[in-house]
Amino acid sequence: MPATTCRVEGENLMVSAVPMVDYLVLGDSPHLEAEECTTCGARVFGRHNACPSCSATEFRRVAVATEGELHTFSIVNFGPPGVDVPYVAAVVDCGGTLVQGLVVNTPADPGHVTAGMKLRLTTFPIGTDSAGTEAIGFGFEPLQES
Amino acid sequence: MSDPVWILGIHMTKFGKHPDKDILDLASEGVRGALGDAGVTMQDIDVIGAGNVLGKGLIGQDLQKQLGQIGVPVFNVNNNCATGATALRVAMMAIKAGEAEVGLAFGVEKLSGAGMLGNWGGDDGDGEWTPTGRAGAVVPLEGRVNTQVMPAVFAQIGLEYGHRYGGADFELFARIAEKNHAHSTLNPLAAYTKRMSLEQIMNEPMIAWPNTRAMCSANCDGAAAAVLVSDAKLKTLSKEQQRRAIKISASVLTSDPWRDGCQVLPDINSLTRAAATTAYEQAGVGPEDLDLVELHDCFATAELVHYDNLQLCEEGGAVDFFESGAPWRDGRTPVNVSGGLESKGHPVAATGIANIWEISHHLRGEAGDRQIEGAKVGLAHVIGIGQACGVHILEKAAA
Repeated sequence: MPATTCRVEGENLMVSAVPMVDYLVLGDSPHLEAEECTTCGARVFGRHNACPSCSATEFRRVAVATEGELHTFSIVNFGPPGVDVPYVAAVVDCGGTLVQGLVVNTPADPGHVTAGMKLRLTTFPIGTDSAGTEAIGFGFEPLQES
Repeated sequence: MSDPVWILGIHMTKFGKHPDKDILDLASEGVRGALGDAGVTMQDIDVIGAGNVLGKGLIGQDLQKQLGQIGVPVFNVNNNCATGATALRVAMMAIKAGEAEVGLAFGVEKLSGAGMLGNWGGDDGDGEWTPTGRAGAVVPLEGRVNTQVMPAVFAQIGLEYGHRYGGADFELFARIAEKNHAHSTLNPLAAYTKRMSLEQIMNEPMIAWPNTRAMCSANCDGAAAAVLVSDAKLKTLSKEQQRRAIKISASVLTSDPWRDGCQVLPDINSLTRAAATTAYEQAGVGPEDLDLVELHDCFATAELVHYDNLQLCEEGGAVDFFESGAPWRDGRTPVNVSGGLESKGHPVAATGIANIWEISHHLRGEAGDRQIEGAKVGLAHVIGIGQACGVHILEKAAA
């Protein structure tokens, strides 16, 4: 069964979009959600059997800041079939939580991508399946001074 | 303090392309070399630690079927690029536990032409989006959310260090590769033995910024093996065997402890620092006592951070350490005089023992043209992504 729901303010609404990963929350203000250990506060992404920091078993989902700073990156020139190269594989520091994502909407070259640059989350369609459901991906784009 | 365990014999094959040899030919060459160097036979072995990452067999048993089925316990181990060090440590622990007097450890890999190593992950299926895996991903994440290709992961790690402390740019990383390619010109067993200029290195194809091809470890074929012996057993052997024996002053294996963000960007630092600290304590030596170091330069960007992790410099001082010339073979702390993984080559499971072979070779005074004169103490380090870290400190026999 394809997942054709996305969470919007706690409701399950039938929509024809699915997030690329389940820690991407769609809706009016798309954001990422981390699993935060209720005992020690450690944050991870994706399902875990227990906390890798303290081994407690309860997590709550917490919204991660949508703006951050480029912590580190690489510009990958040789990737798997079907993926456009080059791509900027980045680790972004979103208010103290490290997040994986590509840097998008800027040329993938070292003249345009530097550690420490300010970024913000952005979402975009990445394809449509045979049932007509659109998958939504995310990346981080340079934060324009305004 | 318990009695030390000794390396009685050790051997590495030529690293490079061996199209005429299968994996068991390579392993046999490594193991027979080590047995011969030790002056023992298969029949003397009490335990085997066996390493191979990309194959599928029980390599320790498969090897015995070619060299002698002696019925002893075999531990087939996999810790990715730390596999060889792990195999050696297993044999050593069996000796320490009193279950064996003589142990064999080997690592072997057939890697020529394997291309880039990494986990593409996921499945590009047809039909409908189906969330799979722990993150409910509907598409493979490589190139869409992250990268797991090794040159890129270790680029991220090197650039993280550079951003934190400053001073590390593309050219600096390329100069680290220049050093290792220069060192390998003296190593006849290296996969590459041609010196490369800085300009050549920087103009090689860019694999994953800032690592060009010449800054990446060389996939190749090879094997390395060691015969370990208890202190009590060594005392019963010949003076010549005792003279050439290498003391394992420290043997440490760590995995990565929790740190914030460590499941987002692999933390290869904490476990290396911890392993080094424990190793220095075990051996009763400090970084300043090391005559040479073989560290895990799987990429030029990795070598930089390990100067710091192994405490060869002040915290944050890796760039200054390199700029001072210290890690060149005529420097204060020669690093990767073998040519390192970038130039000697990196047949994954063999690397952890090959690094120990290199150190042992110098401690015995048998390293020929590339001998570090008067070497008495050396350190060998490997990292397996995932993460596993092995650190061994080796000393020349007192006699």
